[in-house]
Amino acid sequence: MIWLNILIQGTLIGGFYALFACGLSLMFGVLKVINLAHGDMAVVAGYVAVFLTPHLHIPEIWSFLVVVPIFGLIGYIVQRTLIQKSIDRDPFTTLLVTFGLSVVIENLLLEVYSANGQTVNIGAIGYESWHPGSIFYISYVSLGVLGTAVLVLLILQMFLSRTNTGRLIRAVADDREAAQMSGANYRHIFGIAAAIAFATVALAGIAYGMMTQFAPTSGGVNLLFAFEAVVIGGIGSLWGTLIGGVALGIAQQFGAHFNVGYQILAGNVLFLIVLAIRPQGLFGRKTALS
Amino acid sequence: MSLLQLQGVSKKFGQVVVAEEINFELGVGDALGIVGPNGAGKTSLFAIISGDIPADAGEVIFDGRTITHLSPAKRARAGIGRTYQVPRPFEKMTVFENTLLAAQQGGRSHGHKSYVLAYGALERTGLADFANASAGSMTLLRRKRLELARALATDPQVVLLDEIAGGLTDLEVVELTDIIRALRSDGIAVVWIEHVVRALLSTVDRLLCLASGVIVADGEPKEVLASDAVRSLYLGSKRVEEVL
Repeated sequence: MIWLNILIQGTLIGGFYALFACGLSLMFGVLKVINLAHGDMAVVAGYVAVFLTPHLHIPEIWSFLVVVPIFGLIGYIVQRTLIQKSIDRDPFTTLLVTFGLSVVIENLLLEVYSANGQTVNIGAIGYESWHPGSIFYISYVSLGVLGTAVLVLLILQMFLSRTNTGRLIRAVADDREAAQMSGANYRHIFGIAAAIAFATVALAGIAYGMMTQFAPTSGGVNLLFAFEAVVIGGIGSLWGTLIGGVALGIAQQFGAHFNVGYQILAGNVLFLIVLAIRPQGLFGRKTALS
Repeated sequence: MSLLQLQGVSKKFGQVVVAEEINFELGVGDALGIVGPNGAGKTSLFAIISGDIPADAGEVIFDGRTITHLSPAKRARAGIGRTYQVPRPFEKMTVFENTLLAAQQGGRSHGHKSYVLAYGALERTGLADFANASAGSMTLLRRKRLELARALATDPQVVLLDEIAGGLTDLEVVELTDIIRALRSDGIAVVWIEHVVRALLSTVDRLLCLASGVIVADGEPKEVLASDAVRSLYLGSKRVEEVL
């Protein structure tokens, strides 16, 4: 029974990791950019949800309806300006620039909002849970986040495989030059991919704020988990990211069962084992995005 | 009227000259062949025309418009189609998706019209039966045809073919030249880099020889091949046709 609970809790938190990581996976798969500011963008989304939505007189639980489109737009603009300029220089520059962005964001947030923890206040439902058996507590919020993650991945998958724009994104990810030769403006496509990535990370940031407290420096550790989820699942594979997130979550819960201090350690051990025996990840292929 | 015009185009990579003061004109519906030894700058010339690499100096004029500073995507939309020497299909897509993308982007078409354009390109290149096959599963001949089909789906006024007959059997080359000759009758201009000179001679009405980034001969194909410049480039003093 206790093991079943570990599986359940691990899967729930894994859903969050997948939601957090899918934007990272998309950015890497399409743009070949590792966005080191990914985690901080999520935190910014959390702050925007907490401090902007009260002015709009809508409940914070619906804040994503406003924040997600804003972040999509920000993603497009940041890509077409800052990140594209870095890509034009060389891949290493994108690491430096996004790392710099991450530092700037963290310190700006500290300056403006201090180091105090914040939460996205969604009322009583935030603390309630479904209690199907003696030791099982399934938090409604975690369940909602897992459901959102699956839904987001499903929509992304359909979008990439069925729509004209999705096909363009796949083409640019596969061979940027050949796509241009077919008349595709890859910078615009990169912008769209970044917009989607930023929109999903905004969702993840708000979800995080509903699940627990966040502070200006919360981005880093979540970025690490997102990386681990992506690598375990296989870079560029969306469903792999979900499986990777869930595997990471279960490993962490398993570690926490023996000692709370082992929680993160167990996840890192799983990550290292996967890197050692299957470096392309559980569902990874040689090339990104399928 | 000239469709494509290069004026004093030069390009160097470090000390390697790939184009030096290149001037030429191509008329609507013309067919021009380009020969020259390896490293002569033939593919680089295509890359300069299609926008993959920027020229150091000179202008590229297409359809009355200076396109020297346009992006490759804009040039494709303007009507320049290009095939790569080693075909680069989007392997995880179907053959039809490959041409559909080109029709929608390069051909700037939507909905039904884009399907007509994409399917038409497959019919012209004899790939209609493979529309739903995965592009990654195609043989070399079919990949070369797909490369051409994708260029045609952008609804081009000129196609730049880079050694499209290379690596094919004689019979396959004949099939491909038939397709290319049919393009001419549709009014699409052809610029064709090729080592398979026999295929070239059956299709083009003008030949240009490049060496070290310089045009060493330009004119009627037989005369160009017989010229001293070309003969000494390829074989010292022997007649070119005896060997090629």
